[in-house]
Amino acid sequence: MAQSSAAAAAVDLPASGWRKFWSDFSESPTAVVALLVFLTILFIAVFAPLIAPTDPYDLATVDIMNSRLAPGSEDFSGTVFWLGTDGAGRDMLSAIFYGLRVSLGVGALSGLVALVIGAAVGLSAAYFGGRFETLTMRIVDIQLSFPSILMALIILAVFGKGVEKTIIALVLVQWAYYARAARASALVEKNKEYVEAAQCLALGHRRIILHHIMPNCLAPLIVVGTLQTAHAISLEATLSFLGLGLPITEPSLGLLIGNGFEFMYSGDYWISIFPGIALLITIVSINLVGDQLRDIFNPRLQR
Amino acid sequence: MTAFILRRSLQSIIVLFVMSVIVFVGVNLVGDPVDMLINPEADQMEIDRVIRELGLDRPVSEQYWYFLVNAFQGDLGRSFVFGEPALKLIVQRMPATMELALFSLLLAIVFGIPLGVYAGLKPNSKISRTIMAGSILGFSMPTFWVGIILIMFFSVHLGWLPSTGRGEVATVFGITSSIFTLDGLSHLFLPAFNLALFKLSSVIRLARAGTREVILQDYIKFARAKGLAESRIIQVHLLKNIMIPIVTVIGLEFGSLIAFSTVTETVFAWPGMGKLIIDAIYNLDRPIVVAYLMIIVLIFVTLNLIVDILYSVLDPRVRIKGVE
Repeated sequence: MAQSSAAAAAVDLPASGWRKFWSDFSESPTAVVALLVFLTILFIAVFAPLIAPTDPYDLATVDIMNSRLAPGSEDFSGTVFWLGTDGAGRDMLSAIFYGLRVSLGVGALSGLVALVIGAAVGLSAAYFGGRFETLTMRIVDIQLSFPSILMALIILAVFGKGVEKTIIALVLVQWAYYARAARASALVEKNKEYVEAAQCLALGHRRIILHHIMPNCLAPLIVVGTLQTAHAISLEATLSFLGLGLPITEPSLGLLIGNGFEFMYSGDYWISIFPGIALLITIVSINLVGDQLRDIFNPRLQR
Repeated sequence: MTAFILRRSLQSIIVLFVMSVIVFVGVNLVGDPVDMLINPEADQMEIDRVIRELGLDRPVSEQYWYFLVNAFQGDLGRSFVFGEPALKLIVQRMPATMELALFSLLLAIVFGIPLGVYAGLKPNSKISRTIMAGSILGFSMPTFWVGIILIMFFSVHLGWLPSTGRGEVATVFGITSSIFTLDGLSHLFLPAFNLALFKLSSVIRLARAGTREVILQDYIKFARAKGLAESRIIQVHLLKNIMIPIVTVIGLEFGSLIAFSTVTETVFAWPGMGKLIIDAIYNLDRPIVVAYLMIIVLIFVTLNLIVDILYSVLDPRVRIKGVE
């Protein structure tokens, strides 16, 4: 039982495994739709410069005369601004495409770094045990007892704003979640026969952890990774809105929303609303995909 | 038991100390407050005088030592901008933040439990599905954006509720708060609802999950068999049993409401300590930043310590595990 669930949960699936994975995943139509929406957003983010109607940060094409136009209005040359323009006359639709690029980029990069650090700490804590485990898990517990916004606020208040500082803050906020998830599944795996077999072969610790234990711990890490990335994107937007996250040169969705905030009192709703909707769709689609992944990988719900 | 409390208290003190070092050293590496605070027209004499006055000419380690000694005497430095003691400024703004956080908590409980219980009793009805979809949205929507939408709809579009400030305050039984005046309440409602939304979603989910579990228990069946009215079963047998996990989570996460109030306070220009810290970070007002972070860490460490101790009283297993 334990063996079969471990095999099913392994991510290094053979071809038929992928098919089974897809048939499990597609059981929920909502999750499939969410995945399609997310892939579309990802496509937009990656190819933003090619598909955006205008380049919102090219000073030669942006005209201040077009500032704060309502959605659907045209300028003199006949360009239509489907989602309106912001205070500097930039096309909101294009700005959102470019913003998605920054938001997703920062979210994914910080998630990846946090995953690597957290997994390394969590797996070695479970494998070596002893004082190292007690100490690292104590740090994880203490850190998780503070809300993420507070941790990020402390880090950014201390180190100041900037792209790499925001990423560092997001990594420091997230790594503990990965460490906890990695340790929990590694503790189960470490007592199984195949680890014992590897130890009998006198393989090195690093090889056992990386090649034997880690592949079997990837499933829960992927689930945590999806949900955490959504969280990181939302947190980055919040910090950038507060003016503590990304600088103006890297306009993420949070910064776009913040820019529109001042115009909102005069009724120019579109500058804040549309980037917010883009942010919301991104977060919800990632969360729905993550929820479905969790259900698939949960051994207790295994059919 | 005593050993457990001592160990946990010692750990809390270590956390506080480490935080104070990180915060103090870090804040001292950011920018140069001299440029920020002194009139650029001032001559060198004037600049030197202010630097000496603020103690900025001493080494960081020495500044930290004085900070620590003074902190124990309740003196966390003077704000560069306001020229008043940092601690006093924060304590002045604390009631506004607490009022916002507590009112949000109240909203989350008052609306969350009935909605969650309903969704748990009739899981397949359309209303329940709507409630649950709403709670997913509530989880996913970034707080600041919801705040903007609320202002746009209720303040700008409909003009029903004010969007900035705390409104009129009144003092009842020695507590000054805006909940005692109509004007204050109208100012409080939008920010409190904004802050409550996330918590509301989790209360709905907890109440629904609890209801679905409890409703299958034998004592509910027995109560029904006795012919008790459905309302009594819900009020007495069901609610009492689902409240335990809800109260636990609410208690644990009260701190996160205070932390997230920085965002809501900024959106609604609420004069609490959250807005104070964001402004202080902009202005490089170091004493305020350091004092705020120390106070909020102190609040959290204390809350966690209390929860840990309560748990160990309620559940001996926690204690035994802690000793190992």
